[in-house]
Amino acid sequence: MQLLELYVFVLAAFVGYMVISRVPPLLHTPLMAATNAISGISLVGSLIAAGAAHDRVSTILGFIAVVAATSNIVGGFLITDRMLRMFKRDAKPGAPTAEKK
Amino acid sequence: MRDYFIEASYLTASILFILGLRSLTRPDKARRGMQLAAAGMLFAIIGTLVNHTIVDYRWIAAGLVLGVIFGYPMGQWVPMTAMPQRIALSLTLSALAATLVGVAEYHTQLSSGIIPTRATMVALGFEVMLGSITVGGTLVAAGKLQEWLTSKPVTFVGQQAVNGALFLGILALLVYTIIGPTHAWAFYAMMGVAFVFGIMLVMPIGGADMPVVVALLNSYSGLASCATGFAIGNVILIISGSLDGASGFILSILMSKAMNRSFTNVLFGAFGSETTAVTGKSAAGLSVRSIGVEDAAIQLAYAQLVIVIPGYGMAVAQAQHAVRELAELVEKRGGEVKFAVHPVAGRMPGHMNVLLAEANVPYDKLYDMDEINSEFDRADVALVIGANDVVNPAARTDKSSPIYGMPILNADHAKSVIVLKRGMSAGFAGIENDLFYDKRTSMLFGDAKASLTGLVGEIKNV
Repeated sequence: MQLLELYVFVLAAFVGYMVISRVPPLLHTPLMAATNAISGISLVGSLIAAGAAHDRVSTILGFIAVVAATSNIVGGFLITDRMLRMFKRDAKPGAPTAEKK
Repeated sequence: MRDYFIEASYLTASILFILGLRSLTRPDKARRGMQLAAAGMLFAIIGTLVNHTIVDYRWIAAGLVLGVIFGYPMGQWVPMTAMPQRIALSLTLSALAATLVGVAEYHTQLSSGIIPTRATMVALGFEVMLGSITVGGTLVAAGKLQEWLTSKPVTFVGQQAVNGALFLGILALLVYTIIGPTHAWAFYAMMGVAFVFGIMLVMPIGGADMPVVVALLNSYSGLASCATGFAIGNVILIISGSLDGASGFILSILMSKAMNRSFTNVLFGAFGSETTAVTGKSAAGLSVRSIGVEDAAIQLAYAQLVIVIPGYGMAVAQAQHAVRELAELVEKRGGEVKFAVHPVAGRMPGHMNVLLAEANVPYDKLYDMDEINSEFDRADVALVIGANDVVNPAARTDKSSPIYGMPILNADHAKSVIVLKRGMSAGFAGIENDLFYDKRTSMLFGDAKASLTGLVGEIKNV
């Protein structure tokens, strides 16, 4: 099982590298906000720690982790959307329409 | 059956995350893509909630509600100028979550009488170590960016030795806990030392170098999530953590390149502290040409091509809207206006683009350094607003200059240069800028916003 996870890690890192190296500098700040939001996925681990009812300590730690991860998810996706909404093309007629790299 | 549902939700989420990040290659598709990614997150959460190991939902519900209450203002109300510290703070939160999950997992295993395996301890150790370093580092970074802490490098004699000792201490404790998983003290001591190390790592780094640091810490926090995935055997954590880690890694490399520095130089160099000694050329005997708003307005009004070079000074003066107004006026008179954005303009990667987009500058007028540099030769006016080091020709010519070799915008190739600047103070790197003494350069002194508003008024009268 551990070895399989290592495969997943290497391949995912590879995919991540390929995808993200094509993001233009124009959108680097939204990219950071977006990966922040996605890193809120640690909520998955936090939920299990908070809900498994092993003992008080784990539950409390899990609870704090749930709060932290959830605020990242909510705040992260909201702010990414807020930024991306601001990026507009030149709407005026006669503006260059050629696709920018 | 339930397990299949959970796996399917994770798989869907992973695919949607990757598609969402891929959509960020196109500004017009990005919003839609990120909404898909958010939907993916929802799938993953629902999938997790039906997990059979979760038996008590009270703490979860409370945590989710509190998280929404904290998260909403962080998303909706934070101003765009405060984006860097906001990102730093959310890195703190994501690293904190990873660290706490690691501690909870370790504590649970020990208290239920299970001795964690070596493999689990490697994963938990890295998770808690990277998590703590990131929490400490990002807190300092956020404090510096918010200017609650001094943005100047904090250095002292023997700093590198202390940091080196801390680092070796962390490694020793890590190895110790992997060999003897039951030594809880070593595990928690490692967490504490790593936290201190994170603080010590960022303290000596100056404000101008923050983009690299924030990107680097982003990659640490991604790796901490990855390690969480290994520790609790959860594949989606590994996938998302790798994406996060890759993004931070790429950005920190790009930023280092843009500043012509190596990673180690940024982390151990404490830039601003030494530059007072390395002055390069001195300003003695040179004089600048000052210009009034009226004359500058005439130059701009009759220009065919104006290239605006915005720096962080523009954002500080809140002059983005005035710039946009000026650009529209010049365009109305038949001129063309382009914005040249240096990779390290602003306080984080891509920050300047967001600030200009917020002021309604269309994104097809924003150009990267590589796209625009050849166009300066035919530009009538290069309008430098609150930028300094990124247009300093010393980076090309003066081998003794600390910024020698840094890629710069070729403002000095334009037919004339107008620099909006508050006074003759040096830039972040603390070095003189030859461009300001060039015979084609005129300086328009004053607050950037006031000057731009003045220019707008004058051009209307031309």
